Amino acid sequence: MLRKITMTINGEKRTLEVDDRESLLEVLRERFSLFSVKQGCSVGECGACAVLIDGLSINSCIYLAVWADGREIRTVEGFEQDGKLSVMQQAFVDEGAVQCGFCIPGFLISATELMEKKRSFSREEVRRALSGHLCRCTGYQKIVEATEKGLK
Amino acid sequence: MYDIGKYQEATTVEEALRYLHDDPGSRIIAGGTDILINVREGKDMGVHLVGIQRINPLRKIIVNREGTLSIGPLVTFTELEENELINKYVSYLGQAGGTMGGPQLRNIATIGGNICNGATSADSASMLFCLNARLHLRTKESERTIPIQDFYLGPGKVDLKSGEMLTEILIDRIDYQGFAGKYTKFSQRKALDIATIGCSLMLKIRKNIIEDLRLAYGVAAPTPVRCCNAEQYAVGKMVTLEVAKTIGMKALEDVSPRDSWRGSKAYREQLIQELAQRAVMELLDQGGKKDA
Repeated sequence: MLRKITMTINGEKRTLEVDDRESLLEVLRERFSLFSVKQGCSVGECGACAVLIDGLSINSCIYLAVWADGREIRTVEGFEQDGKLSVMQQAFVDEGAVQCGFCIPGFLISATELMEKKRSFSREEVRRALSGHLCRCTGYQKIVEATEKGLK
Repeated sequence: MYDIGKYQEATTVEEALRYLHDDPGSRIIAGGTDILINVREGKDMGVHLVGIQRINPLRKIIVNREGTLSIGPLVTFTELEENELINKYVSYLGQAGGTMGGPQLRNIATIGGNICNGATSADSASMLFCLNARLHLRTKESERTIPIQDFYLGPGKVDLKSGEMLTEILIDRIDYQGFAGKYTKFSQRKALDIATIGCSLMLKIRKNIIEDLRLAYGVAAPTPVRCCNAEQYAVGKMVTLEVAKTIGMKALEDVSPRDSWRGSKAYREQLIQELAQRAVMELLDQGGKKDA
């Protein structure tokens, strides 16, 4: 069944019809061309599809699009302001945290969720906050360091 | 696209109960982190779903005048871990929930879903067994409150009748006051894994004597299981390493672990003993008592 929903995507209010059976990931990629949102494992293990929903990092591949009605969705495409990368994005670049890049948008989403809590985090807490993402290139160390830098 | 046969979304408990009543084959979906994965894997193709995410009254955690804690089934694991009341009275339940899945899953997966899917490995379940949690269940026409121990019938099987839904998880003051607690999740990875054994322990100590001890496990039997033999043995004993060891040994009389690819029966038995013993000693170091 089709339902009309309204959600804010990267600051813009969008109204559209979605199928009950569609995932948020499908809607973001196929209707809005937000390709930072990656389809990885499809079972909630890899975190490549994470987006911010009302400020929380959530896997969009196991989230029905109809649930997004009335909510605020943010993807990495919305992080850049006036041609400038966000603090966290810049930290990832500076620390060389990116190799193939597939997992990085997901990591940035969870790192940004952390940043917006506006407090300090121990290394153990940072690692735990990022533990819902898999990276097969970096060995995580530089991603953790970049996140810590972005949090400062 | 998910292979969902029908999706209805409720904004009140009454509306959800009506949908369940009118379409008895339908199932409740909360955070969706189990159901959607099952659908994708082809297990529940064409399933009829009733979405309850927007029923805000089911998200509450409150404590009433008698000190009974009421936890709404839609409370997510992140909320459970960060909640002030949980941290004040039953921090170890929040700690147990904090071991489930990964952060993105904890942001949406609910404690009610964790219980209702009936898995013996559910990270919140064995601690709720220790806490003598009671479950309030409603249908369109009736309601009942049952101990969580009676809710679990077998692997993946719970006593959820047709048209029925979990609306409240209750914990009485007598079941948490003065206890310290600890959940130990033994798994291959620290995140995004299912427990090989989950061990929940609650301990009340006065002057080094065990006043009350509660021990429960996940993945040690087809359902979460309380260890009555170990508990009975422990009461009145002075805590020593020897006693802690015996508690672990006694626990083996109450469990029936099996071989699986995650670990053999023998390995699990070793863990059941060891984890109880370590938890007892650790809680002893913490004083075995907490202001609550």
